[in-house]
Amino acid sequence: MNFQKELDARGLNCPLPILKTKKSLADMASGEVLKVVSTDCGSVKDMQAFAKQTGNELLEQSEANGEYTFFMKKK
Amino acid sequence: MTKKMAIIATKGTLDMAYPPFILGSTAAALGYDVQIFFTFYGLQLLKKDLSDVKISPLANPAMPMPVPMPVLVQVLPGMESMATMMMKDKLKKKGVASLEELRNLCQEADVKFVACQMTVDLFEFDKKDFIDGIEFGGAATFMEFAGDTDICLFV
Repeated sequence: MNFQKELDARGLNCPLPILKTKKSLADMASGEVLKVVSTDCGSVKDMQAFAKQTGNELLEQSEANGEYTFFMKKK
Repeated sequence: MTKKMAIIATKGTLDMAYPPFILGSTAAALGYDVQIFFTFYGLQLLKKDLSDVKISPLANPAMPMPVPMPVLVQVLPGMESMATMMMKDKLKKKGVASLEELRNLCQEADVKFVACQMTVDLFEFDKKDFIDGIEFGGAATFMEFAGDTDICLFV
């Protein structure tokens, strides 16, 4: 998937992946896609909740080898 | 209409310092307008120097310990500092933010910190010891904001 920016949130625990996602989205333009990679299994539900509450769209999420990858489209 | 959250932070220990800052910063990231009112021991969390914020195994019987520790050992001098050091080490290893970091993230996200003026008077705190960007107020100040929130918590 195409993305304009990548956030490495590996090793970070709640709530840092969400806070850093929010910060990363802040200087992106509407419609741009942010890729986030995290190792916190709690971030799976949290990213969904973040998308739902902020209106940013979670386009895709996947898990491989203990790493979670998200593609978030800015509102 | 922007959602609002108010928290009252009354505790000054390391374990109880986390919930207000975690929830405050997260709610702000979700678009909430957040205010945290710090009162009694919670005021310690607004000090520039957070080294007084500790955890006591004695006061937290449920705290997981690497080895079982009888109460009579927990009361020995230095045990509180040791437990605090071990807890901070664990938090760091697990990628949990430090209190300073979370507090900064709150302030960057415009979470409003209100310090209880009565507590400042009661414990004769020096306002110079507190971080910048906070307000001082009383119960009515809190109510004005809390009265119209979607989430209101007491920690």
